[in-house]
Amino acid sequence: MNNELFEKNVVLLAIAILVTVSIGGLVQLVPLYTMEQTIEKVDGIRPYTPLEQAGRNIYVREGCYLCHSQMIRPFRDEVERYGHYSLAAESMYDHPFQWGSKRTGPDLARVGGKYSSDWHVAHMIDPRSVVPESIMPGYPFLAEKDLDFSDVALHLDALRTVGVPYTDEQIQKSTADLKKQQSTNDPDEAEGLLKRYPKAVIGNFDGNPERLTEMDALVAYLQMLGTLVDFSKVNLETMER
Amino acid sequence: MAEVKKDALTGIETTGHEWDGIEELRTPIPRWWMLTLWVTVIWAIGYWIVYPAWPSLSNYTKGVIGYSSRAELKKEMARVEESRAGWKAKFQAASVGDIAKDSDLLNYAMAGGRVIFADNCAPCHAAGGAGTKGYPTLVDDDWLWGGTLEAIEKTIRFGIRGAHEDTRESQMPNFLEDETLTKEQVSTVADYVLALGGSGSASAAGKALFEENCTACHGEDGKGNKELGAPNLIDAIWLFGEGKDRVAAQVAKPKHGVMPAWQGRLNGVSIKQVSVYVHSLGGGK
Repeated sequence: MNNELFEKNVVLLAIAILVTVSIGGLVQLVPLYTMEQTIEKVDGIRPYTPLEQAGRNIYVREGCYLCHSQMIRPFRDEVERYGHYSLAAESMYDHPFQWGSKRTGPDLARVGGKYSSDWHVAHMIDPRSVVPESIMPGYPFLAEKDLDFSDVALHLDALRTVGVPYTDEQIQKSTADLKKQQSTNDPDEAEGLLKRYPKAVIGNFDGNPERLTEMDALVAYLQMLGTLVDFSKVNLETMER
Repeated sequence: MAEVKKDALTGIETTGHEWDGIEELRTPIPRWWMLTLWVTVIWAIGYWIVYPAWPSLSNYTKGVIGYSSRAELKKEMARVEESRAGWKAKFQAASVGDIAKDSDLLNYAMAGGRVIFADNCAPCHAAGGAGTKGYPTLVDDDWLWGGTLEAIEKTIRFGIRGAHEDTRESQMPNFLEDETLTKEQVSTVADYVLALGGSGSASAAGKALFEENCTACHGEDGKGNKELGAPNLIDAIWLFGEGKDRVAAQVAKPKHGVMPAWQGRLNGVSIKQVSVYVHSLGGGK
């Protein structure tokens, strides 16, 4: 091998190193500039409500992704069980995404609306009270712990920095929106929230309107998963990649 | 290039590098290893040609066989759809009542219904429809919203207190919280309700309170009203728990079950299949 050429010529060596490192860098960076083309344009996708976002943070904190994926793959068995396969657009505002790859529990990409909120609460507190054969650990403390939402506006602002299109209004009203989502069952009362975040599920998720717990936030998040896109109105032909 | 030198002791060629009289032997990576490396490189090039591989500015290379996992799924689903087409046509034409009468259709409904139930319904209604506290058992003949095939289908399709616009809705008032009844009155009427079911004795005061507040939905005899989802109170089946405390709590501030609508999540054939299955569990009317 003719190493000598590079070993005795430092400029040539530097150029060769630069070329090699650039290839590695380009392979990682270039795909990021094609996002515009890779993410399908579908109607209905919106940023998370402040309460959903808070619930999502708990989902991440508790490591739910270690057992639950949020990625319905285009296979018959998954599509027949969970519903339409996941689209890139459906996780475009996820930072970080929760696709996961360990499928110990069921996929959660379309769990929103599949069960009642009461069921989710009972299941979180003691999974085996509703699913006797479940091996999921219980999370009873979520119902006991008040949600800390003092920094929710900053959180949304940080997400905006990385590309989630939160408006000034959404950030300004984030604390009020967060409280509103669990304090009322009346769509008229939550009109502003529902206008800013269409299809948001409102209500007292854990059955106790007086307290805003981590359980409320987590169930609010679970109840919206996969519900934003109306697949009866999506044209799969124009979307296909 | 330095001239080829050989190590005197082993006879192996050296690299020509020498440090303080110590020379490095040239021991290259084994040939089989290098061969494997080059085969994988060639394989990768073949893969790029055959399968989708490289991004371009506005698209990506499709590969000569034009593989796409979504297109494959579409083909697969079309094949499945075709194999089920005969059943689908029959199920679309038939009402749940017709299906239950036709042994072929019934068999198909039961086989599919069992799987659909286990996947979608069992998390709340428990395996085999045994039910649990707050989630009605489906194996007895006590139905909140009706146990006929048609009623079951409607409940599954649109849900109870769900998000669907045709969902069935009813709300029992919070008798204590709304200050319709005092704490004592709640206790008195709870006693009366228990007496209706055959435990304890009915008081005149309880009867009066019951007639004033409860009969509109639960009926004078306490047998309930399936139009309103008002439970039968005299059959000793208690959805949210037995005993005076639970009954009184349910009068004071009732819990309300929620069932999601399955239309949209399950297709029409699946809904009919699972309706027939649920009806067959033991208590269908």
